Amino acid sequence: MSNLTDLTVAEIRDGFRAGDFSAREVAQAFNANVAAAKALNAFIVETPERALEAADAADRAKAAGEAPKPLSGVPIGMKDLFCTEGVQTTAASHMLEGFTPTYESTVSKKLWDAGAGMLGKLNLDQFAMGSSNETSYFGNVISPWRRGSGDNAALAPGGSSGGSSAAISARLCPAATGTDTGGSIRQPAAFTGISGIKPTYGRCSRWGIVAFASSLDQAGPMARTVRDNAILLETMSGFDPKDSTSLDLAVPQWEANLSSDLRGKKVGIPKEYRPDGLNAEISAMWDRGIEWLKDAGAEVVEVSLPHTKYALPTYYIIAPAEASSNLARYDGVRYGQRDLPDGAGLQDMYAATRAAGFGPEVKRRIMIGTYVLSAGFYDAYYTQAQKVRALISRDFDLAFEKCDLLLTPTAPSASFALGEKQADPLAMYLNDVFTVPASLAGLPAMAVPGGLDAQGLPLGLQIIGKALDEQTVLNAGLAIEERAGFTARPDKWW
Amino acid sequence: MTESTYRIQGATGEWEVVIGLEVHAQVTSQAKLFSGAATAFGAEPNTQVSLVDAAMPGMLPVPNRECIRQAVRTGMAIDAQINKWSRFDRKNYFYADLPQGYQISQLYHPLVGEGQIEITLDEKNPDSSTKVIGIERIHVEQDAGKLMHDQHPTRSYVDLNRSGVALMEIVSKPDMRSPAEAGAYLSKLRTILRYVGSCDGNMDQGSMRADVNVSVRKPGEAFGTRTETKNVNSVRFVMAVVEHEASRQVDVLEAGGKVVQETRLYDPDRNETRSMRSKEDAHDYRYFPDPDLLPLDLDDAFLEECRQSLPELPDAKRSRYEKDLGLSAYNAATLTADADTARWFEALLAEGARIQKKSEGEVAKASANWLLSELYGALNRLGKSLEDSPVGPEEGAELLALVADGTISGTIAKQVFEIMLETGGRAPQIVEEKGLRQTSDTGAIEAAVAKVLAENGDKVEQYRAGKEALFGFFVGQTMKAMQGKANPQVVNELIKKALS
Repeated sequence: MSNLTDLTVAEIRDGFRAGDFSAREVAQAFNANVAAAKALNAFIVETPERALEAADAADRAKAAGEAPKPLSGVPIGMKDLFCTEGVQTTAASHMLEGFTPTYESTVSKKLWDAGAGMLGKLNLDQFAMGSSNETSYFGNVISPWRRGSGDNAALAPGGSSGGSSAAISARLCPAATGTDTGGSIRQPAAFTGISGIKPTYGRCSRWGIVAFASSLDQAGPMARTVRDNAILLETMSGFDPKDSTSLDLAVPQWEANLSSDLRGKKVGIPKEYRPDGLNAEISAMWDRGIEWLKDAGAEVVEVSLPHTKYALPTYYIIAPAEASSNLARYDGVRYGQRDLPDGAGLQDMYAATRAAGFGPEVKRRIMIGTYVLSAGFYDAYYTQAQKVRALISRDFDLAFEKCDLLLTPTAPSASFALGEKQADPLAMYLNDVFTVPASLAGLPAMAVPGGLDAQGLPLGLQIIGKALDEQTVLNAGLAIEERAGFTARPDKWW
Repeated sequence: MTESTYRIQGATGEWEVVIGLEVHAQVTSQAKLFSGAATAFGAEPNTQVSLVDAAMPGMLPVPNRECIRQAVRTGMAIDAQINKWSRFDRKNYFYADLPQGYQISQLYHPLVGEGQIEITLDEKNPDSSTKVIGIERIHVEQDAGKLMHDQHPTRSYVDLNRSGVALMEIVSKPDMRSPAEAGAYLSKLRTILRYVGSCDGNMDQGSMRADVNVSVRKPGEAFGTRTETKNVNSVRFVMAVVEHEASRQVDVLEAGGKVVQETRLYDPDRNETRSMRSKEDAHDYRYFPDPDLLPLDLDDAFLEECRQSLPELPDAKRSRYEKDLGLSAYNAATLTADADTARWFEALLAEGARIQKKSEGEVAKASANWLLSELYGALNRLGKSLEDSPVGPEEGAELLALVADGTISGTIAKQVFEIMLETGGRAPQIVEEKGLRQTSDTGAIEAAVAKVLAENGDKVEQYRAGKEALFGFFVGQTMKAMQGKANPQVVNELIKKALS
């Protein structure tokens, strides 16, 4: 029975339908793994009863001869940024500690309606702000991966969806939800040797997801295979009248149309993503990726995205600006943390509540955002950043006149040790250098494992597609997956 | 159009007042601007609050099409430019009645651009001068909740029922020059909003309130520094604020001081304004486009529907009443000053024309006179409004038709109307039951005339000697003898004949 947790989403789904095992057996197996992995700190709340509940419902329906739902029998992890009815939702902050929503986010509801069960709420960087999971109020997630050198240093699982990435690679869940604002699905996927896709902005409803930066936030799946990502994304996507920025489009049949035959496709290699001093192992993996896509039939062309170097500064103006406003609602008046010193007035309550409720990185971003929106600086920062954002989008438009997809590394390095970059926010922000441009342009982008570095740590390749063309992104991901033969997994130490 | 001659006499000479109004008008709509929650006035605290209005984590605004439609229709009614492309911005500030920590408003790209309103300083005086007041813009935004400080000795409570309700902010240009102009502008704006149906105009319920911007200057000089008095909630108070604030500023300036640009509050009990906060501690609202919302992109079909749905507006209506219905300028102005009155009058007119088989023009004068004198008089006496009048347009039209076709005289009509008010009965039945039908029976009238003339031989002599004013006396006596039921026209003819 122990190998049930090695199965992919597709294998669990199909095995459950075939009667190879019951949904309850699957849920119990993953619940056991979750319970045994406290050392990873991947979950903020564990909900084994919810997983069993959904499994029992699936088993009962099957026994009654009902047609299975798309995800019947599949338990998953839910990033703790999605509001879940009756289950504490914190965004990994002290501010929302103890907050239990009376409502269910659109994306999580779609997953439960499709038959999936919830193993628990996954840890993340506080309010999804971070690239290493070290900003969580509930302690950092520890990556299940360790360096081959045997130094046993605790490594970062990436961020902000670090609970999701760690849990999947450690076989605590076959798949999980993530959210991606500037790389929060892709970078943790790369750090832990799994796959994850951020769809086109507007594919997944943002309703019920604790907001970080509204114009960038996008939910997406994370799993071990490209097929699993396609399966989950089909369920998570779709128009939602409760989100004005949701796209009113039919959801394509991504899984049914998966094909690793890339003949007729042109792959663009953006030269700006290979700066001087790029990590040699990353560079070599990228070259291997190019060869794999050629082998799958694609033609490779060099393209230019000239405004790439401005993407990171642009992102670190726009995202904090929106965050500074989105996080204003956490004021101690209606829910969550309230700190009301004796004899305090309203302003004192705001100050005390927000001082205690937000961690340092959240405060830093609120202050940056407040600064760039303030009178006298707005045009120089925010307006200028919006203009550059338009130029970055145009870079992609022009590049996509010459090719159908882009291939780049996902992150500039493999996972780093916890604490290594904490003291230097700028070094931390640089982790997003390859993921942020696609976020600013709202394009679909996916991370797939490309191999291991000399230390035995995973490295990821990123595929960026045209708006709404998730299919080509997934197909290219599949072509890489088939050729990379990535089977490495962390040795269990936890 | 004439220039205002309103001046404040200061120690150093005459001062001119410059006024601009920012009017917040609550949009008439079942639901709030960005949520489905209800908007009814007077509900129990916090019973009309959705997850969006309370700004729960992860909640998102979705524009309510009806609120946008009402603002567009309002813009069309003031002849304004409608911006097919507009956008919502966030105005960021912390306050306990503002759950999101920002108000969704429109700073950079408002829905409605420049328009205008024509005011008449004395609506009822046809010779009164008119003036065009420019409108700068109309934008839509969310209202905030309400703090209640009187529920607990040390705590304040928040009622979020109003949080998220749609407001139109209607910003005038600094075109007004006297308290009377400011009052006339606000009244006219209210009239238009009520005609359009985009705001109920109930100032005492807070559905409409004005921020009053006032500055003073020596005539011909550049604009002075202005103050803004917030949330003034009646026409009378707006006029009082202008008057008070202008003379306060003159006093400050003439004493060698400077007017401070600041926000002030009006205290109606003491009739004075007080400083609330100065520009130095003004908020930095950090406006930026709301990333949760797409820009509003209005198509031609939508705009056409808005235009088609507009009712006849007060200026057009008044001119039609004068030109097509032949009403006096005074009556036309009075009947059109309020949408409800005009609606009532037009129902009376339509019903009258139908019953009498005449054109509306033919029944207009009598209908207008009856409504404005008889009905208004009765309602005043009863302390009722047109809305809860015991006699409706249909009943009124029946009464007037009986007068028009000679069934009863005007005098009898007054009696019948009194009975209608008391009993709720209808005119034709009352006339039948009480035998009030007037007679055109020449025989009976001739007999009465002969009797009156015989009894007043001296007056007949005087009349024949040239005192023609006595004719009315004979008519009166004859009518009295006939108990008011004689057809006055027949009476007139027969008396003339008898005296000739």
